[in-house]
Amino acid sequence: MKKKLSMLLAGAILATTLAACGGNSTGGTNGGSAADAGADTGTAAAGAAFKLGGHGPLTGGAAIYGNAVKNGASIAVEEINAAGGAVQFDLKFEDDEHDPEKAANAYNALKDWGMQLSLSGVTSKPAEATSADHYSDRIFALTPSASAVAVTEGKDNVFQMCFADPNQGTASAQYIADQKLGTKIAIIYKNDDVYSTGIYEKFTAEAAAKGLEIVSTTTFTSSSQTDFSVQLNEAKNAGADLLFLPIYYDAASLILTQANAMGYAPKFFGVDGMDGILTVEGFDTALAEGVMLLTPFNADAEDELTRSFVTKYQEKYGEVPNQFAADAYDCVYAYKQALEAAGCTPDMTAEALCEAMTAQFTSMTFNGLTGENMTWDATGAVAKSPKGMIIKNGAYVGM
Amino acid sequence: MKKIKNLSKNGRDSLLCYAIVIIAFVAVQAVTAGGGLSSSMKGLLVPICAYIVMAVSLNLTVGILGELSLGHAGCMSVGAFAGIVVSTSLTDSVGAAPLRLAAAIAVGGVLAAVAGVIVGVPVLRLKGDYLAIVTLAFGEIIKNIVNVLYIGRDASGLHFSILSQKFELAEGGKMIINGPMGVSGVQKIASFTSGFVLILLTLFIVLNLINSRAGRAIMSLRDNQIAADSIGIPVTHYKLMAFVISAAFAGMAGALYAMNFSTVTAAKFDFNTSILVLVFVVLGGLGNIWGSIIAAALLTVLPELLRAVRDYRMLIYAVLLIALMLFNNSSLKRRLLEKRGMRQMEKLERAGKGGA
Repeated sequence: MKKKLSMLLAGAILATTLAACGGNSTGGTNGGSAADAGADTGTAAAGAAFKLGGHGPLTGGAAIYGNAVKNGASIAVEEINAAGGAVQFDLKFEDDEHDPEKAANAYNALKDWGMQLSLSGVTSKPAEATSADHYSDRIFALTPSASAVAVTEGKDNVFQMCFADPNQGTASAQYIADQKLGTKIAIIYKNDDVYSTGIYEKFTAEAAAKGLEIVSTTTFTSSSQTDFSVQLNEAKNAGADLLFLPIYYDAASLILTQANAMGYAPKFFGVDGMDGILTVEGFDTALAEGVMLLTPFNADAEDELTRSFVTKYQEKYGEVPNQFAADAYDCVYAYKQALEAAGCTPDMTAEALCEAMTAQFTSMTFNGLTGENMTWDATGAVAKSPKGMIIKNGAYVGM
Repeated sequence: MKKIKNLSKNGRDSLLCYAIVIIAFVAVQAVTAGGGLSSSMKGLLVPICAYIVMAVSLNLTVGILGELSLGHAGCMSVGAFAGIVVSTSLTDSVGAAPLRLAAAIAVGGVLAAVAGVIVGVPVLRLKGDYLAIVTLAFGEIIKNIVNVLYIGRDASGLHFSILSQKFELAEGGKMIINGPMGVSGVQKIASFTSGFVLILLTLFIVLNLINSRAGRAIMSLRDNQIAADSIGIPVTHYKLMAFVISAAFAGMAGALYAMNFSTVTAAKFDFNTSILVLVFVVLGGLGNIWGSIIAAALLTVLPELLRAVRDYRMLIYAVLLIALMLFNNSSLKRRLLEKRGMRQMEKLERAGKGGA
């Protein structure tokens, strides 16, 4: 009994020490937490900054996206606060574990904190769950990466920084048809995923309109994304010369490896989820040579803005930022531009800010990392041109 | 007061269940009326109610019947999606939200019970690990079926298809379940009061079942199936009874849960959710209904309270779970229980002497 009790106590002590470390390390490295964002720069005094909230998966299988958004937004907030203009931000980012239920909790926690402006959610379903709340509570939301149409549908105050899924599917089919990249197309998509199915459906619709021949369609789910030999064999036997992969890069890297192992070498075409394939651990980047993808952001671009962002991100977090981070960075700057243009002050209510932002976003033009001359329509969808990229010598090159 | 003392242990436990739920409900209502409840806690109320119903109903299978079920989230899923179809279909014809919610919960419960019968009849002939494995598979099957299910509604009625959307909706039609994209734009009609009523209903039926002739038969199966069989208790009949009632309430909880969020996907009701509910039951104590209620409420609130510790949230949650499990199995707890039992015995003795 003594032993058990001592184990319990040891556990409790361990927990408290870890909690203490947690406080310290987040203070040191992540500007993402609320108190830190203010403390790091010292310029954003309480009450003088806009309270910007966001939620995304910081733990669990999708954590890579949530953390990228959190980091990207933190960098933008620090830059803006350090520059000391009229618009200052106080950023708080909550974990939603990629679960709509937890997202609702995270949203409520942010509301209790007094969130005035929102980055909404990182992933589609959680963002969709809270966008209904954003709408009924009249808190303006600009999501960096939740690309499903349902996120913005029917909500006048929810906007997207990324392409909506259908746009990507349609744009991909148009691009393939216009550039005559392939005649026989095979598709492998993830049929328990909103993002992948959304793109797939629009792609097939547009492909039919453009006269592209789809010779093989195969699927996988999150519980079967390790072996793709069946899908690849079917594509190979159907004689497909272009393989369309509207999926995330983790599964795509396996497909590329397994296709190579069986000596099948069609053209590979991906969408923005393919971005990040060059950073997969243990993946032979030589296999990604010639892979084409549509993405709004290119970490190897030579312009001033991208270079400074990528350098800062690498210094701080030790990795190359992906498009999620870039989208989040753009979101914060888009907010800054809109707030300045509307002459908003931090003492305004969320509802007043929502009205001002809705007016601003539907009328302004924004230049950022992920596109030039971006505009938004009243549905909340962004208009920017996707960049076709091809991987050459381990780097993205514009097509 | 004397009456309470004279109640049997079972009677007192039942009373405790009702007391916990009613006091909690009144307290929350009072705090809400005073404006003291944060939106974070308000948002948790309905999920807590749903999880309590889940835990109590699973306790019926695991604690009272003594069979390990790992597919409880599958029943919840059936109820959730059935409930959504019903409430969406009734949007135009039935104006009152509580009425629509009641209909959704009822249909969700019935369909989950049907699913329970379909699974239960062949599966309950298995025992122990095998039963656990098959129920696990059942949960996965439900998840995958809902993942390829397309249901839409327009002026001419409901349309169903499997694998891909094979129907065209007329003008003004609406997709209700859209395959892997799940359900979007659900009207949030669940309320804390409806959750409270559902918990009371669950407690009423489950507790009365436990304290009835059928309940004693079910418990005898748990304690010694061969002995129960030898005195002529129809094993399959009572097993199925407990299992189906448990499934029905899981379905009702699912409908309540789904009506609280604007979007639901089949992936939510996976193996992890089954395990989560099982954790509530085990931590609350097998066969202990009020324990399940407290464990479900506590473990749903806990991750939210731990938001303050940021990145270490899930780690601490896990450590606390382990600590609670250790406590549950420790001699410390056993001694506390023994002491309580001794005191009760003494009281009984004294009462017996006084009466005589």
